[in-house]
Amino acid sequence: MKLPAIDYAALAPMLILFGVACLGVLVEAFVPRARRQPVQVVLALAGLIAALIVIIRQATEQKEVITIGGAVAVDGPTLFLQGTIVVLGIVSLLLVAERSLERGGTFVAQAAVVVGSEADRRQAAREPGATEVYPLAVFALSGMMLFVSSNDLLTMFVALEVFSLPLYLLCALARRRRLLSQEAALKYFLLGAFASAFFLFGIALLYGYAGRVDFAGIRGAVRAHEGSEVLLFAGLALLVIGLLFKAAAAPFHVWIPDVYQGAPTPITAFMAACTKVAAFGALLRVLYVAFDGAQWDYKPVLGVIAVLTMLIGSILAVTQTDIKRLLAYSSIANAGYLLVGVLAVPTTSGVSSTMFYLVAYGFTVVAAFAVVTLVRDADGEATHLSRWAGLGKRSPLLSAIFTFLLLAFAGIPLTSGFTSKFAIFSAALDAQDDLGIWLVIVGVITSMILAFPYLRVVVMMWLSEPGESTPSVSLPGALTSATLAIGVFVTLLLGLAPQPVLELTDRAADFIR
Amino acid sequence: MTSFPYLSVLTLAPLVGAAIVAFLPRRRPALAKQVALIWSLAVLALTTVMWVAFEAGGSRFQFRESYPWIPVWGVNVTFAADGIALVMLALIAVLLPVVIIASWHDAEGGRRSVPAYFALLLVLESTMIGVFAAADVFLFYVFFEIMLVPMYFLIGSFGGHQRQYAAVKFFLYSLVGGLFMLAAVIGLWVLAGRALGEPTFDWQALTQIDLSTGAERWLFLGFFIAFAVKAPFFPFHTWLPDAGSAAPAGAAALLVGVLDKVGTFGILRYCLPLFPEASRYFAPLALTLAVVGIIYAALLAVGQNDLKRLVAYTSIAHFGFIGVGIFAFTTQAGTGAVLYMLNHGLATGLLFLVVGMFVARRGSALISDFGGAGTMVPVLAGVFLFAGLASLALPGLAPFVSEFMVLIGTLTVNKTVAVIATAGIVLAAAYVLWMIQRTTQGTLNPALSTVDGMRRDLTWRETAVVAPLIVLLIVLGFYPKPVIDVINPAVTATLQQDMGVQDPAPTEASR
Repeated sequence: MKLPAIDYAALAPMLILFGVACLGVLVEAFVPRARRQPVQVVLALAGLIAALIVIIRQATEQKEVITIGGAVAVDGPTLFLQGTIVVLGIVSLLLVAERSLERGGTFVAQAAVVVGSEADRRQAAREPGATEVYPLAVFALSGMMLFVSSNDLLTMFVALEVFSLPLYLLCALARRRRLLSQEAALKYFLLGAFASAFFLFGIALLYGYAGRVDFAGIRGAVRAHEGSEVLLFAGLALLVIGLLFKAAAAPFHVWIPDVYQGAPTPITAFMAACTKVAAFGALLRVLYVAFDGAQWDYKPVLGVIAVLTMLIGSILAVTQTDIKRLLAYSSIANAGYLLVGVLAVPTTSGVSSTMFYLVAYGFTVVAAFAVVTLVRDADGEATHLSRWAGLGKRSPLLSAIFTFLLLAFAGIPLTSGFTSKFAIFSAALDAQDDLGIWLVIVGVITSMILAFPYLRVVVMMWLSEPGESTPSVSLPGALTSATLAIGVFVTLLLGLAPQPVLELTDRAADFIR
Repeated sequence: MTSFPYLSVLTLAPLVGAAIVAFLPRRRPALAKQVALIWSLAVLALTTVMWVAFEAGGSRFQFRESYPWIPVWGVNVTFAADGIALVMLALIAVLLPVVIIASWHDAEGGRRSVPAYFALLLVLESTMIGVFAAADVFLFYVFFEIMLVPMYFLIGSFGGHQRQYAAVKFFLYSLVGGLFMLAAVIGLWVLAGRALGEPTFDWQALTQIDLSTGAERWLFLGFFIAFAVKAPFFPFHTWLPDAGSAAPAGAAALLVGVLDKVGTFGILRYCLPLFPEASRYFAPLALTLAVVGIIYAALLAVGQNDLKRLVAYTSIAHFGFIGVGIFAFTTQAGTGAVLYMLNHGLATGLLFLVVGMFVARRGSALISDFGGAGTMVPVLAGVFLFAGLASLALPGLAPFVSEFMVLIGTLTVNKTVAVIATAGIVLAAAYVLWMIQRTTQGTLNPALSTVDGMRRDLTWRETAVVAPLIVLLIVLGFYPKPVIDVINPAVTATLQQDMGVQDPAPTEASR
């Protein structure tokens, strides 16, 4: 059997990251413990930056290629989404690497130590956190990059597992509240395994339908209306369920609040930003490339899911009392808005507005979680909302930043939240069908509902008097400051001058088919 | 036509001032106040120059400037002012220094930062100027929403009783209206993009496109709900009494005097010209809401026991008059409505500020805590009476002219509405006079005589606050012509060019 031609240059960004992740594992084995942290951080960041440079070079060359026998497609959306994933990965890795807030960082030293034991107390108080998180995060990132570029279902499945498994592990590594963290990881793992099974079953059915797993083949079969429609619809439904699980759309969202709350906050930020990009990137490719011939069949169903997601996310956000859970439900609602953009199929404005939204949301949400890492008391982060009362008096700058981010989530103009919502809604209306109008109406209504919980936090911080238990706000270290500054800057920039990024997404919106 | 970019400078100048004031040291509040006052006076001076440069008989939109912002979406930063906008800009410029002087001590005593209060006032001024000066629908929407943020913090951080509740209610109500408008803005943009072949938000380009009847009506509703919440019209008004009574007096004067006018201004600038057919279709509905608002709010005002809430309700009634004037579709009523927007800003602004002076002295806004205050503070009580009379449109004072024009202009086309609205004048006399009687007349409330603050009559600072407003109310009451000359062409253009409505020919009955 002859091996297919491989365009190594096109795969370079992913290969770099896989290599760096493997190197990271070797570092764990051979570098003395005390030196691992700086070595790992530098290695991971260097790898990500190298990958980013390669991506940018490919983008300037406007590279479009399908390689490894049709398994990977490198085109405009791939490069844009990979670039987004890498940049957001860098920004959230800065949070992961922060060690000045707490002795030893946010991560547990040894995940296997029994919770509540003497050894556990010792590690929590003194020992530096595990440095395995860096190779794990880089593995996850490389998986995500493969996920958005995979051009057949099997590659996509492999990529899904490559980025999911490290995330399950990372969720379990919180230094404090370890039971919550482990519970989150277990929940995420079990439900994630379920979703993977759905995904795989969907692939099997689709193979039965089209006789092939590559997108071009499936696309041809769908357009030719050959084969059994039952297989097509059942397969597509199961496949999309797997993707929507990662994307946090209702009714596959139930894991989100628990996992977001239990996971170490830097990992939550990582998941909220990067996993969303990966999941929606893959969803776009599947729906636009492989199944665009069946759009009239899946649009109503996905429309219902989008409505449900927006409603559930926004309504349940109102009742939350924990800031991480609140952001989790807001993330669910945002998945609904992203679906509105995805459903502008088959317009290119659907692709470009969804990608724009992913960038805008990613930076805002990373910065928001960065703020959460800073509000602490003796037991770690103080995430209960009532504890945030009067924070504006204690630390006006940080509260002002968080207020700005919340206003961005609420979609107030001059923030990226407004321009991205505008892009999504206009793409939906531009798609010229009634579904778009209804989605926009629901989107507007849920935006109003969502404004309330955000506003409640603002009220809490500024208008309430500080209580006895208002936690102190730690001075952010250089890394967290950098994350905050980048997040806030991009949120403001995309609100004030979105033109360059809009042009970029417009140019990058064509899939290679 | 001058090339000086008046409108962009006017929009940005207060923002720069706010940045300066915000970074002044908290320990020197007096400095922050002085800088804020000087800055607002500079804005007033520039606005005066602009007023003089405006050619009343010239082209409809003047001082037009346009810079590209987001070309992909066809968004430009376009400023232009017609007579209506010019009048509102002047009102803002006049009210702001007055409010700053009136709020001189408002932010003190609390644990909040004094410079922040004055910085927020300047930010508010910037956004209010922007919203009236914008000639690009996207830009207008941006200012329309941004405007909420400084007001929210003014109410929430510096307000009185129930300030949190009022601030959140204010923000949510406005945001809900604003999001309906956002949906309509996007819809309009998409339709315009299809009709014109390229996306645009330019107001003038958007007035040219033909919309299908159904689409036009839906889009009208989107805009109208936002403006009706903002104005506020019955039944979207319930946030105003809360916000008005919780806000500090100066902020309340700006809220009711200027910020709410964005609603009526928006109807005139956006609803009528962009959706002429839908405006005619929904006019009976709008007129009904306006008339119900006049009577209902007046009745509620009569029953209030809280001075600030009472004034807030009188405003809702007045907004009903403005609504009647707009939807009567005659140039006389329309001009009257715009003049009403100006005069109401002056009169109600004055009333709010005077009430604020009473509340600051007494420490309570309840009417029952006053009684016979005129014997202790005769001059202040006199000013209160003057403000009340202006508010009920006493002939000789400015509001009379506008109210009269609205009613005359409406009578020629819709007698029923005009007659019911006239009943509102009677009610206005009732609530104003009764309020004044219960607070300043009669025997002295014994509890009042023990309050130290009440021993101090109008101070120099307060004189500086009320004097300009009183002068303006009297001058415009006797000689409103310069203002009407500015407003009339703009209203005529709105009704006749944009909507294609002609004034009814004079008949025997109205001659």
